[in-house]
Amino acid sequence: MPEYMLLLYAPAADEPERSEERWAELPLWREVTESLREAGLLVANAPLHPPTSATTVRVRDGATELTDGPFATTKEILAGYYVLNCADLDEALRHAARLPTARYGSVEVRPIMDPGAVPTTGQAPAPGR
Amino acid sequence: MSDRDGPTAAPADAGGALVRAFRAERAAVLATLIRYTGDIQIAEDAVQDAFESAITAWQRDGVPDNPGAWITVAARRRAIDLLRRERAVAGRAERLAELLRLDERGQPAPSDPDEIVDDRLRLIFTCCHPALEMPARLALTLRTLGGLTTGEIARAFLVAEPTMGKRIVRAKRKIADAHIPYRVPAGDELPGRVRGVLRVVYLIFNEGYSASEGDRLVRAELCDEAIRLGRLLCELMPDDAEAWGLLALMVLHDARRAARTDGRGGYVALPQQDTSRWDPDRIREGLTALNRALRLGTPGQYQLQAAITALELRGADRGVTDWARIAELYATLGRLSPSPVVEVNHAAAVGFAHGAEAGLELLRPLLEAPALERYQPLHATHAELLRRAGDAAGAARAYERAITLSANTVERAELERRLRALPAA
Repeated sequence: MPEYMLLLYAPAADEPERSEERWAELPLWREVTESLREAGLLVANAPLHPPTSATTVRVRDGATELTDGPFATTKEILAGYYVLNCADLDEALRHAARLPTARYGSVEVRPIMDPGAVPTTGQAPAPGR
Repeated sequence: MSDRDGPTAAPADAGGALVRAFRAERAAVLATLIRYTGDIQIAEDAVQDAFESAITAWQRDGVPDNPGAWITVAARRRAIDLLRRERAVAGRAERLAELLRLDERGQPAPSDPDEIVDDRLRLIFTCCHPALEMPARLALTLRTLGGLTTGEIARAFLVAEPTMGKRIVRAKRKIADAHIPYRVPAGDELPGRVRGVLRVVYLIFNEGYSASEGDRLVRAELCDEAIRLGRLLCELMPDDAEAWGLLALMVLHDARRAARTDGRGGYVALPQQDTSRWDPDRIREGLTALNRALRLGTPGQYQLQAAITALELRGADRGVTDWARIAELYATLGRLSPSPVVEVNHAAAVGFAHGAEAGLELLRPLLEAPALERYQPLHATHAELLRRAGDAAGAARAYERAITLSANTVERAELERRLRALPAA
């Protein structure tokens, strides 16, 4: 079964009352996560520390450059992820829509490449294939 | 990755048989092969190669009794070769085994007609999947089900061929990489997805019919293809009232294709059209489809639009149009799927039925909406109603506004003609 990474993007700065709302959603998160685990679909999941805790690494001309902060500064930040084992995209999209972030932020669904898919000639899989 | 196109030329009757087989069978053979191979690109390449090998084989051995079955067998063999080389396809081993089993049994094609129907439906739903961007849905549908070449699709949508090629390749890759399923959606999902499919066909038709840019009022090939797809949807989903409604809508519009332009390419408005240039077969097909839709008893936007079009055609034919009934239908349509287009048309119909003032009353809020400032039909309708209300100066200003907003030279010429025909203010 193909695996999908669900990238959870949430609005960056929150007003206090908003973050209370988010905490109130905790039981809903647990419920969705538990049901995914019970269905045998859950591979991994975790919330992430805020982008202020991020360090971005680039190697240029052999030298490692570090940037304090995320790869890109955007209004919506990567707040967490799920890796799910689903039959097809439709199933992955259905579960993405169940996550609370989908209602106030967005969930990007990305198929994970099968490491067994070895490139063959004429089908050079560019990064992303 | 190749993206080759249909057979170009083959001499004599082998060529004729090939072209007929290509048109009639390609989509069905392709749809079935996609199910077996699980990969649109491999299936397309296999079908393409099969048609190419048919050119030589049929000239040498004569045209087979069942060209479609011949193509299916050849394409399946080719698919086995291609699948052996393509290791990235999911479930490749099982797929190969199944194909080899079919090949050994020498079974020419899926024997069950239902299976072919299902495959084509699966293909439609995959090509029209909401996870694909709309332009990609249109292009992929025209390419796989319509059999149009990438070049033809690019010309129809006025984009460069490499751009269209990339769009199609990207869509096929997304289907493969993201595992967009190859199946007819079930349960709750189905109604929404059917609407999405109908919308794709409707947009293809509209793109051909209203050609907002360029000099040609009708890009005929897109209209023809949309109608073919519409007929296919009715065949595949005979109980869907909106599928019949959409078919009715498209053929009733298309019936007037020849009459919409005069000998010099000028636009001819419906009341001035030479009704003898309407296509009676299309009108008959449209009215039959509309009746069939209405009998199913589930109203929808395409059926309403088709009913309006049928009334307009009858009105133009008889010289008297039932604008009051048309206004009612537009009002219902506006409740079902509200849009500025419907509101402008509703106002026009009310203006024709109950006096220009009543129509202008309905236009007023639309004219104040900033979002509609640049909406050409709003200003053209405004001009027409002002003219009828006797306000020539106001009509002239509204026509001038509509003219500056028109991207279609044929349409612009008609607006200019109407402006000149106004009585001096």
